[in-house]
Amino acid sequence: MRDPVAPQLAERVVSRRRLLTWLNLGFGALAAAVVSVPIVAYLLSPLLGLRQVWVRLGPVSQFRIGATQEVAYDDPSPLPWAGQTARTAVWVRRTGETDFIVFAVNCTHLGCPVNWLPEANLFLCPCHGGVYYADGTVAGGPPPSPLFRYATRVQDGYLEILSRPLPIV
Amino acid sequence: MMRALLGVYRWLDERLGWSQAIWPIIAHPVPRTINWWYVFGSATLVAFVMQVVTGVALAFTYVPAPNSAYDSLQWITHQALLGGVVRGIHYFGASAMVILIVVHLLRTFLMGAYKFPRELNWLTGVGLFFLTLGMAFTGQLLRWNQDAYWAVVVAAEQAARVPLIGHILAYILFAGPTVGGGTLTRFYATHVFLFPALMFVLIGLHLYLVVRHGISEPPQAGRPVDRATYQRWYAELLHRDGVPFWPEVAWRDLVFALIVGAGVLALAALVGPPELGKEADPTILQAYPRPDWYFLWYFAILALIPPQLESWVIVGFPLLVGIVLLLLPFVAPVGERSPRRRPWAVGVAGLALISIVALLNEGRRAPWSPVLPAPALPAAVVQPLTGPARHGATVFMEKGCHNCHTIAGTGGQRGPDLSAIGSRLSRDQLTWRILYGGTNMPAYGTNLQPEELAALVDFLAAQRGAAP
Repeated sequence: MRDPVAPQLAERVVSRRRLLTWLNLGFGALAAAVVSVPIVAYLLSPLLGLRQVWVRLGPVSQFRIGATQEVAYDDPSPLPWAGQTARTAVWVRRTGETDFIVFAVNCTHLGCPVNWLPEANLFLCPCHGGVYYADGTVAGGPPPSPLFRYATRVQDGYLEILSRPLPIV
Repeated sequence: MMRALLGVYRWLDERLGWSQAIWPIIAHPVPRTINWWYVFGSATLVAFVMQVVTGVALAFTYVPAPNSAYDSLQWITHQALLGGVVRGIHYFGASAMVILIVVHLLRTFLMGAYKFPRELNWLTGVGLFFLTLGMAFTGQLLRWNQDAYWAVVVAAEQAARVPLIGHILAYILFAGPTVGGGTLTRFYATHVFLFPALMFVLIGLHLYLVVRHGISEPPQAGRPVDRATYQRWYAELLHRDGVPFWPEVAWRDLVFALIVGAGVLALAALVGPPELGKEADPTILQAYPRPDWYFLWYFAILALIPPQLESWVIVGFPLLVGIVLLLLPFVAPVGERSPRRRPWAVGVAGLALISIVALLNEGRRAPWSPVLPAPALPAAVVQPLTGPARHGATVFMEKGCHNCHTIAGTGGQRGPDLSAIGSRLSRDQLTWRILYGGTNMPAYGTNLQPEELAALVDFLAAQRGAAP
């Protein structure tokens, strides 16, 4: 296509078009960046809620010395529509008058829920066959490390644990 | 009447430019030799459309909130008029789409159709392949049953193996430090908005490229792709011996798509969608999580890799598959297309296919998983026993032996079959193994009373393979 401008003006027109091109692209990119700030921040905001709190599992008398049992606790501040997902299960093992070990239920291999076999004194993982002894150490299978433990304390006759994110190797 | 219709058509055509802009695309010339191997791409597209239509229908009722998703899906499956069939089409349609896109990918690879000038066809197709797998994964999560819940956990645990940013990736998947109220909606939005939008874009680009470069002609041994001459040669081929895509070639696509659609509909109506089982509930630990069939092979890989290589495989394997597929058209952009002259390509594809089928079967059997809960020992094994051996049978079941060991065809397959262990090991050897354990075998030293141990050894020594 022939440019309709006179030759002596051609250079000016070209630089004017180049300027317009860069301005269009620049302002477009700027607008996109500005708009994406709130969107990205909103999408990543759940990462800010990673605080740990002490949660109450139950009166100490609820746990028999030498036994391992499942206990569930509620997320301290769940979303109103969370339903069952606001709950978290743990394995509690009472080893003495005030001594407790609280295990995460997740296998350290890939997170599946370990089952406690009370007679066999073993945790078995149904996914890839991980096996743990009663103290959480690995007895067999692919798990790379012992079952995760929660920090525990006894407060006013109640067993409490420090909540934590899903344990990850 | 006909004249009126023709008038309407002319009026529309003048404005839409159908006969000028669209028709030449539909009737574009393609090589006459195109055959039945070329139906899988269009069938994948038909399956995708089927998924979009049934997915939109399901979304009219499905409630993507963790406290309602499961119930709404149960309602769709069992109460809504023909809801089970719609969900069934979506379920079997997903399987069909996964199978079809894999066959299409293999066909394209084996026929060398990814070579010049169709490299971008291949790359957009690879993008669609990964998005299809992503749709299959996020879709199974929306059932929000036990399998879905633990699949999210397992996915996050895998993401967490990525160096440096692994934990952040896991928490982004969860929308928080663990599975919670925000997790399901995240996968819902991904499944119904994000991935489909990307797929629409890539499908558009893919089809544009198919028309732009033309459908690749069936390869012939001894006719390699040459960058300097191929496009002119292909244009001459079409000019000399091309036929219009519609209807000379398209009828095969239609027939095959009809067969696929009829098969999916028949399965949906006659077999129906799978039952959901128990609701997603982190406090129900008696779970037996399994992925849908198309991921069972990967489930098997995760069980079978040596522990010390695990993190490398979990992060590296998907990365490697992606990199290999993306680099392929750059590594071999020209040269022979015919599988007869590309033994390595045929070998690699065959090996991959055989491995995946074998691993699928292993994943289905899952011999590495203990049986939970363990079945009872057969009466034929227990009845003849007396005294301590009889007691030993009880110990065998109570102590979890039967979860991992088979006797007379019942029990787990994690450890060796013990049906004839009495004729293989002496009493001392049995005692030693039970007390000290071994590879994958827990040590029972502190866990058995002396009389329990003796009874167990009596029981095992009596197992001489005579059982049914």
